[in-house]
Amino acid sequence: MPTLELVLLVWLGSFFAGLLGSLTGLGGGVVIVPLLVLAFGVDIRYAAGASLISVIATSSGAAAAYTKEGYSNIRIGMFLEVATTAGAILGAFLAVRMATNILGVIFGVVLIVSALLSIREKSEQPGAGRPDPLASRLRMDSVYPTAQGPRSYRVRHVPAGFGMMFGAGAISGLLGIGSGAFKVLAMDQVMRVPFKVSTTTSNFMIGVTAAASAGIYLRRGFVTPGLAMPVVLGVLLGSVTGTFILVRARTKWLRLVFGLVILALGIEMIYGGFTGKL
Amino acid sequence: MKSPARSWSPKNVWTDQRVETIIGNLLRTGVLLSGAIVLFGGILYLLQYGHLSAHYSGFNANRAELHAVGPVIRQAFHLDSRAIIQLGLLLLIATPVVRVAFSIVAFALERDWLYVWVALIVFAILMFSLFGPAL
Repeated sequence: MPTLELVLLVWLGSFFAGLLGSLTGLGGGVVIVPLLVLAFGVDIRYAAGASLISVIATSSGAAAAYTKEGYSNIRIGMFLEVATTAGAILGAFLAVRMATNILGVIFGVVLIVSALLSIREKSEQPGAGRPDPLASRLRMDSVYPTAQGPRSYRVRHVPAGFGMMFGAGAISGLLGIGSGAFKVLAMDQVMRVPFKVSTTTSNFMIGVTAAASAGIYLRRGFVTPGLAMPVVLGVLLGSVTGTFILVRARTKWLRLVFGLVILALGIEMIYGGFTGKL
Repeated sequence: MKSPARSWSPKNVWTDQRVETIIGNLLRTGVLLSGAIVLFGGILYLLQYGHLSAHYSGFNANRAELHAVGPVIRQAFHLDSRAIIQLGLLLLIATPVVRVAFSIVAFALERDWLYVWVALIVFAILMFSLFGPAL
């Protein structure tokens, strides 16, 4: 395929991935890799490199908007970033050494799990009661704005959350995705951080986590300019466009469709991995 | 030892949020700037290589690409379109690193030494990834 044609098509695909990721809150990174691998026949390592950079772009680009809402908890985020960045380095280390068809199968499984996580019920029951000694020492307990005014929450199970974050970081570094779904899961389900606080804190953790594996990706040649360029520009413009479109009423429907797309891509990646097409 | 209640006093939350807003705006500027550099490099790239055919189906780690910070910057000044794109991407990778660096300063201003250490550890891991031995 001529370079011009490839760049334009990849840009267009990335634009829609960024748009849908922003509208549904599921992130666009998760579909970029399957899109490049399955539709354009790109090597999964080049795809992961381009995707990882686009993940940083959306995370850093949205930081200002998120902090304005006053939900994110920088202490929880910073502490857990020790785990996610260490995990990300391990993930990138493994990605360099793993066969592409195995990477494809793992990617497929992660896609299917992400799709299932996207339809789970959100429990809005922040941790309360007696303070957890470790969480108190780490000053993680805080307040967040609700319709009834500021509400305080207490964080629990810090070691378990920390361990899960290491895993989320490893997945991010291994596959070149933000793994936001897993970060949110660790915070709101395990550590009992309110859902809105979990999602906004996860957003800024995603960029820092991705930067930890990006250094290794870059030096290993995963980041190739001709491919990363249209992906980054497409995802960035798509996600910015998403913030301007207000389709709140249809978000639930969109999430379902996007979830099904992710599910289908997951099955396709696993099939491709087993048949040695990746 | 300070009381745990300190972290959720309204004043402290407000300072955190103000610092975060400043950092957030800074990050957005960084993303816009790197996006502009990538776009500029991209247009140049298409003018130079647009008619050639593209191959990304096989991974070749030995292909003489722009893999390190130094060569990228040097080549970008020679208006090598691919180096200009990489430079923009490097700037993008730098935005979360800058965020962590600013957090170290912000925690130090709040005299929260525990979190100065936590942020320093994260910063060290990022530096290891970018400048440490190739893994």
